[in-house]
Amino acid sequence: MFSRLICLARQAWAAFNRPAVHLGLGFLTVGGFVAGVIFWGGFNTALEATNKEAFCIGCHEMRDNPYADLKQTIHYSNRSGVRATCPDCHVPHNWTDKIARKMQASKEVWGKIFGTIDTPEKFAAKKKELAGHEWARLKANNSLECRNCHSAESMDITRQGARGAAAHQEFLFTNKATCIDCHKGIAHTLPDMTGVPVWTMPATAAAGH
Amino acid sequence: MNKSFRTALALAALAALPVLAVPLAKVALATDKQPVAQTAQAPQSSTARDVAASGRPAFTGADGLTVQEAAPIPKDVTDDRRKQRNYPEQPPVIPHSVAGYQLDLNANKCLTCHSREMTGDSQAPMVSVTHFQDRDGQVLGAVSARRYFCLQCHVPQSDVQPRVPNLFQDVDSVIRGAHPPAAKGGK
Repeated sequence: MFSRLICLARQAWAAFNRPAVHLGLGFLTVGGFVAGVIFWGGFNTALEATNKEAFCIGCHEMRDNPYADLKQTIHYSNRSGVRATCPDCHVPHNWTDKIARKMQASKEVWGKIFGTIDTPEKFAAKKKELAGHEWARLKANNSLECRNCHSAESMDITRQGARGAAAHQEFLFTNKATCIDCHKGIAHTLPDMTGVPVWTMPATAAAGH
Repeated sequence: MNKSFRTALALAALAALPVLAVPLAKVALATDKQPVAQTAQAPQSSTARDVAASGRPAFTGADGLTVQEAAPIPKDVTDDRRKQRNYPEQPPVIPHSVAGYQLDLNANKCLTCHSREMTGDSQAPMVSVTHFQDRDGQVLGAVSARRYFCLQCHVPQSDVQPRVPNLFQDVDSVIRGAHPPAAKGGK
């Protein structure tokens, strides 16, 4: 029985190891296409699985810190019941950008293995640096992840509060500022904001230095 | 010899005192217990038993716990118009929404508009100068730590009826009431 199995395996290896003699080109093409569909689909399915909130909060670092933060905010609970999940803001929706972000995320695996933020104290100590990365990313891509849902074109400022409408008119519509410049801390609590423009000094003073 | 024997006897009597006291105390306790049991019995017969049977906590009285539906919290007034103060020292109230404003050791959302540096951009009223001094009147360069938590004194308003009647009159109304302008003009 066992020797028969080995014999079968040997035969299979021999078949794979030799160039096709009896198989047609059509078979190889179709087979290759089907295999491609399976592997490509499998890859994207796996990618999508890592793009779910359940995956993100699968580790206690994310569940107890940023996710606990999010649950207090309007991006989690609000009058219309539309909510943002982690990847909505933290992973670009465009495929190439998404792959680039996923590669960057390998650093987070490193952090998980070595317990960089595995206690609330460690997280608090590192929060400003980590938040800084996200602010820089959103500043660089002109708040792309915000704009996946919030578009300036569809924004009816007559439905906004007077102060918000004025600010959007002056800064957003003129491209003087991007969402993240003013709207830090709308989905998580803020770290120590000392020295952050708009929060502890005027944007003009920050630009001057 | 005789003297030492007497001291020994006295000491023995002292040592025996607690032993002698026990039966006495027992008798006293027994007599004390009688009225206690009686008082406990009295309410048991009427309301206390009903309260216990209903599963309600007994400390709310004979009627038990009554559930009072609270009205939904009304929305804040957000018209951005300054409210008149009722007396000069009244902390001005907030005429805009402060929902989700972070106000802790890390960040102070209020000061991102109301701090001295920001008022040029925001056109919001500046934090009063009284906030730029410590409790000894020493002038500071920034808002004093004891004035940091804005919402301790400044609060948003909502349009509701007072729960209890309020007969407050501001100082100008009181003065005008005491010296009516009409009486002055009559003379």
